[in-house]
Amino acid sequence: MSLLARPIAELARGLRSRDFSSVELLESALAEVAREDGELGAFLRTTAGPALVQAQRADRLLSDDPASASPLLGIPVAYKDVLCTKGVETTAGSRILEGFIPPFSATAVERMEAAGAVSLGKLNCDEFAMGSSNENSAFQATRNPWAADRVPGGSSGGSAVAVAARLVSATLGTDTGGSIRLPASFCGVVGVKPSYGRVSRYGLIAFASSLDQIGPLTKTVEDAALVMQVIAGVDPRDSTSSPAPSGDLLGALKSGVAGLRVGIPKEYLAMAIEAGVRGVFDQSATLLAAAGAQLVDVSLPSTEYALAAYYVIAPAEVSSNLARMDGVRFGPGFGTAANLMEAYERARHIGFGPEVRRRIALGTYVLSSGYYDAYYLRAQKVRTLVAKDFERVFKEVDCVISPTAPTTAFRMGERVADPLAMYATDLLTLPANLAGVSGISVPAGFADGLPVGLQVLGPYMGEATCFRVAAAVEEMAQVWQIRPGTKGVPEAAG
Amino acid sequence: MTSIWEPVIGLEVHAQLLTASKMFCGCRAQYLGIPPNSNTCPVCLGLPGTLPVINQVAVELTIRTALALNCEIPEFSKFDRKNYFYPDLPKGYQISQFDLPLSINGCLEFEVEGRVVRAGITRVHLEEDAGTLHHAGEIHNSAFSLVDLNRAGVPLMEIVGEPDLRHPAEAPAYLAALRQTLIYLGVNDGNMEEGSLRCDANISLRRRGTSTLGAKVEVKNMNSFRSIQRALEFELARQTELLEQDQPVAQETRGWSDLEQVTVSQRSKEEAQEYRYFPEPDLPPLVISRAYVEELRAALPELPRAARRRLQERYQLTADQARLIAETAADAAYFEAVVAAGAVPHAAANWQVQNLQALCNAAHVPVSGCRVLPGSLAELVTLVVTEQVSGAVAKEVLAEIFESGARPAEVVASKGLGQVSDTDRLATFIEEALAGNQKAAADYQSGNDRALGSLVGAVMALSKGTANPKLVSQLLRDRLPRS
Repeated sequence: MSLLARPIAELARGLRSRDFSSVELLESALAEVAREDGELGAFLRTTAGPALVQAQRADRLLSDDPASASPLLGIPVAYKDVLCTKGVETTAGSRILEGFIPPFSATAVERMEAAGAVSLGKLNCDEFAMGSSNENSAFQATRNPWAADRVPGGSSGGSAVAVAARLVSATLGTDTGGSIRLPASFCGVVGVKPSYGRVSRYGLIAFASSLDQIGPLTKTVEDAALVMQVIAGVDPRDSTSSPAPSGDLLGALKSGVAGLRVGIPKEYLAMAIEAGVRGVFDQSATLLAAAGAQLVDVSLPSTEYALAAYYVIAPAEVSSNLARMDGVRFGPGFGTAANLMEAYERARHIGFGPEVRRRIALGTYVLSSGYYDAYYLRAQKVRTLVAKDFERVFKEVDCVISPTAPTTAFRMGERVADPLAMYATDLLTLPANLAGVSGISVPAGFADGLPVGLQVLGPYMGEATCFRVAAAVEEMAQVWQIRPGTKGVPEAAG
Repeated sequence: MTSIWEPVIGLEVHAQLLTASKMFCGCRAQYLGIPPNSNTCPVCLGLPGTLPVINQVAVELTIRTALALNCEIPEFSKFDRKNYFYPDLPKGYQISQFDLPLSINGCLEFEVEGRVVRAGITRVHLEEDAGTLHHAGEIHNSAFSLVDLNRAGVPLMEIVGEPDLRHPAEAPAYLAALRQTLIYLGVNDGNMEEGSLRCDANISLRRRGTSTLGAKVEVKNMNSFRSIQRALEFELARQTELLEQDQPVAQETRGWSDLEQVTVSQRSKEEAQEYRYFPEPDLPPLVISRAYVEELRAALPELPRAARRRLQERYQLTADQARLIAETAADAAYFEAVVAAGAVPHAAANWQVQNLQALCNAAHVPVSGCRVLPGSLAELVTLVVTEQVSGAVAKEVLAEIFESGARPAEVVASKGLGQVSDTDRLATFIEEALAGNQKAAADYQSGNDRALGSLVGAVMALSKGTANPKLVSQLLRDRLPRS
């Protein structure tokens, strides 16, 4: 069995006891990528050369001072391609950024590198992180390792697949309306959507600036905590990053859930949720109650308007954020054009895919004078109501739980022609982005052989509670060790 | 005859702030005279993934300006995105301020033709400058354009004036007063030629005595005080002619052509840009505490009007002297240093604004930065007032110390330029002068007073300007008694 099947803490111990070196770990990971990724398509590009340099450096540091080194030192990781990596092409899954080599790295990437993590490369995603299935990548399909004809979820599909298939130990993704939690649920891994401002967005190619957050995807909740400890914290280069202390995430893992008040939002469960997914959720709730949590029915009444508000605010920001992709400085450009307007039109028509163009058009419309009040301003009011719902509920309970997604991974092509059905995939996840609160998706079981995630949402800057509940679910569900391709995947957990 | 059409004019002024760094990144705000695109970083290049960070000094300078213009400073302000495509705008939007600017409701008082005019200031807000384009040939037929982003992101303050001006001549006067205030505050260098201070104008006409405004025309591309007045005069005439012929004035943007001395239509109302303003999500709102505002208000320097009034009263200057001396805060400080060094104020003022200023203008240096130190000018002025040197000699000495930076007394001593009041020596010059000007002497004696002047001039010339002219005059009268 691959070394990469082990959690990070175990690998860290192995590195320190010289059971294997970082270079050996990297070689093992590269071998897995070579064997599996032709089929899976998680990586857009691998960076074996720089990775080897990083691994050799990690080995030197491990022999010099093994005690004080970060647990991530020498651990194989990879980054979603919306995160800028100095000297390494970064495309955000879009033709319009083909050939863009950033002269700087995202703060989160810098912090991972400073901790000694060894990056194998850049991971596929929906174009500019817009999508729920990874089918909007301009470059390649990424397959769900549990069923090759199914989507991995999106937009951080490559990030979820690389961890689920045990190609690397951890990846960074981004979550704007569920783009970490959804693929985590579909692929059976842990995915964290930190509170807005918890992780610096500097170097994250913006989709919707007021909603985007970078977070880890890992095999275990503890692994996610180890990565969060490295990437979280205020950054002078991102004025929206928060100095709020992260809390003791590792300590929270062992706290148990006895006495914890866990809310179940009735509006979330009233949605059209697949029976198998509902079954796993009910079982998780039962297990939490048995472990001493107090289950409380709560109400988030603004939920029904959240999707509409999201699809006004996010495209509005998209229409502005993507304006810099004008064909002048990056991408395939526009060839020749008769005038400036034609140059812009050609560059952006060649460079952007249909979903990105749809959202730019939508966002341009809702910000236009005469429509601004009816759409953008009203959507912002809904956003405030959604945030107030959470504020009120978090006075009654410590966290809320729900399925991460209404379904398991759907088939490739199934929703491509129906944007609204695709958008509905994010119904349970996007309210947390509107409100800026913390969230996590943790593998809780299986339905028809496909993974099902449980979503735990905590207060703004309340990640510790999310990790506490997720760790308990992980321990009780006992599913994280089950990996794709394993014989005898149970119909449901337990 | 007064026209029945009255112009209603308001100015929009853009002023680059004298900060060390750009508005949202660490690049230098000074961008002139360096290779294209060398003063840039990922942030001001608008590379994907980058984020802006507010330059707090720019916020401070804007609030200082707003306070000097009697504005209110709301407690809550924010940045917005102004979206439009243009190659000099790397992000595809300009970070500016839309509905909640840093300041509102101010006013500026200025003088024009002896009248004091008070014009409202709608708002002073903060934004970022764009880059610059270099076209191959004319913009409409160039094969390509080159983009230079050295200027992109330089802090830019926009000062929007109320449409309170009623004559084209008021526009340059308003702008001059505003420019002087900005220079006093040290927030802008006032250089219109290089574009660190830029001005657009709005002008519409209405029937005198009514309040219904005609269509508003925005005029751009004016880069001097003169061109602003000329452009507005042209618009006033153009719009008047249309209205006289019962033709409509189109609401549009027009550009001033300095070459042709006309305005040309650039963009009609229908083609007006849709900027799709919305709050900048990458920046938190600005919360301006009252204590901070009061701290800045207390630290405001003396402003031009106050400086003029104080100089005039304290040193008994004429209004013109006070105006000229208070042209800049540095000039005023120079004058006060000259007086403090012992010069008689009135004489010091004349020597500064007439003689020294002329030398400085010719050499393109400010008075405060020239080689004549205040102590030297004071010494020179005192030499003249105490009649140790003549005015003519003093001018020569000034020209010399302007070049060398030497002390006036040294120059006077080393060149023997001290004023001659010794009657024996003067008598020698006088005899020589009379010998060569016998007709003038006779004229004087027969009653022509003006002839005495030419005799004094002859003595001054013979003495190379060192003779004491008052004494020469007296001695000549004594020497040529009238019967």
